[in-house]
Amino acid sequence: MPVDSFKFLPRIIGTYYKMTKREPEFPIPWTPLPGPLSGCKFGLITSGGLYHKGVEPPFDIEREKREPKWGDPTYRTLPIDIQQSDVGASHLHINTQGVLEDVNILLPIHRFRELVDEGRIAGLAESAYSFMGYQGFPPDTNAWQDSYGLDVAEKFKAEEVNCVLLTPA
Amino acid sequence: MPVLARTLEASGLSTIMVTMMPFWAEKVGVPRTLAVEFPFGHTLGQPHNVDQQLRVIDQALKVLETEDTPGSIVHSSETWPEPLNEAKANWQPKEPSPIIEVMTPQVLKLLRQKRGEKL
Repeated sequence: MPVDSFKFLPRIIGTYYKMTKREPEFPIPWTPLPGPLSGCKFGLITSGGLYHKGVEPPFDIEREKREPKWGDPTYRTLPIDIQQSDVGASHLHINTQGVLEDVNILLPIHRFRELVDEGRIAGLAESAYSFMGYQGFPPDTNAWQDSYGLDVAEKFKAEEVNCVLLTPA
Repeated sequence: MPVLARTLEASGLSTIMVTMMPFWAEKVGVPRTLAVEFPFGHTLGQPHNVDQQLRVIDQALKVLETEDTPGSIVHSSETWPEPLNEAKANWQPKEPSPIIEVMTPQVLKLLRQKRGEKL
């Protein structure tokens, strides 16, 4: 059975989404896997609005409250040895209780460290990154495409990452 | 996030995105997608449900390893263990987001207009 994208959405949001007209821009980018996973170094990214408490500020949800049609396009850095109690979440569109109990549901740092230990993958980047998924209304992802997404790609490549797992929230 | 998958892939990284919204993955054109029928905010599973998280991650890695067509979307057969109504209520924020507060009346108006056009 195909996954129903609308199963958990309030009907009004689902109906609105279905009215959106959008076609993919072709060609879809493609980087072939460089070899077996056991030789691949991974990077992790989520859009769950996570941040490293006491080290970086939360996403700017105060501005979003003042300007509901704006969403913070910046990103935050989370070391993969972060303690669960140091994980913060600032996201006004989801209940963040689950991820504050277990970061792995959005940023699977422990699961991937286990994969490294088992030798199934070659390595994991020292830093994972989080964006905050709400990019305004209508959504404007130019800052992600032109600036912040490229920054993260460069940081991963500087760590010799070749594969990335993305987990939108 | 579909846009970020494209940006990273175009930068020379092989990406796999796990999402509950394959609808957007298809519309934006994400290189490789594993779709899961999970509530928002719980992309890889329930907190502390390690077995479930590992099953989803295994499936994602398999998609990364085996799919060779740009735009591939593979649908996971994983099911969410909570009753639908509970899961639907639990993932949502306690307060509606600011844009929902602003837009709900406008969307309702638009829907009423559309319905009127059909009559």
